[in-house]
Amino acid sequence: MRTDELIRTLALDAGPVPARPVAPRLLAVALAGAVLWLALLAVQFGPPARSANAGWFWMKAVYSLLLAAAGLMATVRLARPGGRIGAVIWLAVATVAWLLMMAGHETMNASPGQMAHLWLGETWRICPVRILIIAAPLYGAVLWVMRRTAPTRLATAGAAAGLFAGAVAAVIYGLYCQETAAAFVVAWYSLGIAACAALGALIGRYLLRW
Amino acid sequence: MLRGLAGDATAHAQLLGALGGHLRAYFTRRLGPGAAETEDLVQETLLAIHLKRDSYDTRQPFSPWAYAIGRYKLLDHFRRSGVRRAVPLEDAGVLLAAETAEEGAVRRDLETLMSDLPARQRALIQDVKLTGYSIDEAAKRQGFTPGAAKVAIHRSLQRLARKVRP
Repeated sequence: MRTDELIRTLALDAGPVPARPVAPRLLAVALAGAVLWLALLAVQFGPPARSANAGWFWMKAVYSLLLAAAGLMATVRLARPGGRIGAVIWLAVATVAWLLMMAGHETMNASPGQMAHLWLGETWRICPVRILIIAAPLYGAVLWVMRRTAPTRLATAGAAAGLFAGAVAAVIYGLYCQETAAAFVVAWYSLGIAACAALGALIGRYLLRW
Repeated sequence: MLRGLAGDATAHAQLLGALGGHLRAYFTRRLGPGAAETEDLVQETLLAIHLKRDSYDTRQPFSPWAYAIGRYKLLDHFRRSGVRRAVPLEDAGVLLAAETAEEGAVRRDLETLMSDLPARQRALIQDVKLTGYSIDEAAKRQGFTPGAAKVAIHRSLQRLARKVRP
């Protein structure tokens, strides 16, 4: 077909196009996924242990929520051609740096015997894996939304989607995880979330093509 | 673009037509003159721009958006044909270059970008790059020595390029 014919055909199909913001749709699927997970976990293990007053509980929640916010913003920007994420990367870096500082503070105040426990806790083997498992369906939902958008940097967009899903999963997992040390969170939560982002980048390269 | 989004078919066709020219030039630069795929890529990109036009955020500059789609289609083409090549991102500036400044959407972007430069540098760039004066003439008009004008142009272009780089 000749290019000017193509243009004429496309112009026939011009109709008004409503702006379709990506952020509300992403938030909606993530929230729906989170609610489903919480319901499932509540049925299986009962409601989360009552620890909402403890500082460490909020430390975990704020850390995961900040990373989720960074992941959401990055995903939204990368869903558009030409979107930039410079400022968002700094939010993620600052969040990790903040918790690293808390972890460093903890470690310095700990006796040598406690140090290993601060960093490894009781559950370091399962924590990243569980975050990954919780994140998997969330990532699927995020990808489903992203397939209708137009990302032009596929691996980066996939990583951002993975970061978002992983961080939301960490929020959910944090409700049931009884670890109290910032050192544990900055090591193993971050590892689980980073694994989600890495897998997200790999999968995004293929599934986000359009 | 804005009128096209609102449903104005004529404006939409005009936009696609103008973009087609820029894209053809861009792909020709990347693939070499006379490459058989150029026209296919132009059509594919126009189609993508049409189908994905709801992904354009009206608050953002237009050309980086259109350019990102063109670049994506080019990389997609390399991927399918099994060629591994890097496409430098700096070329965003090329779409904003002088010959495209006639087009409304691009000109709007250009004005937004240029509004960042100090007034004398902006006038200088306008004279040299858009109006087409020689550097010596433009320097005289804006009260620069020729050497200082060259430095000022270089700096301004660097600054603009930094802003448009994705």
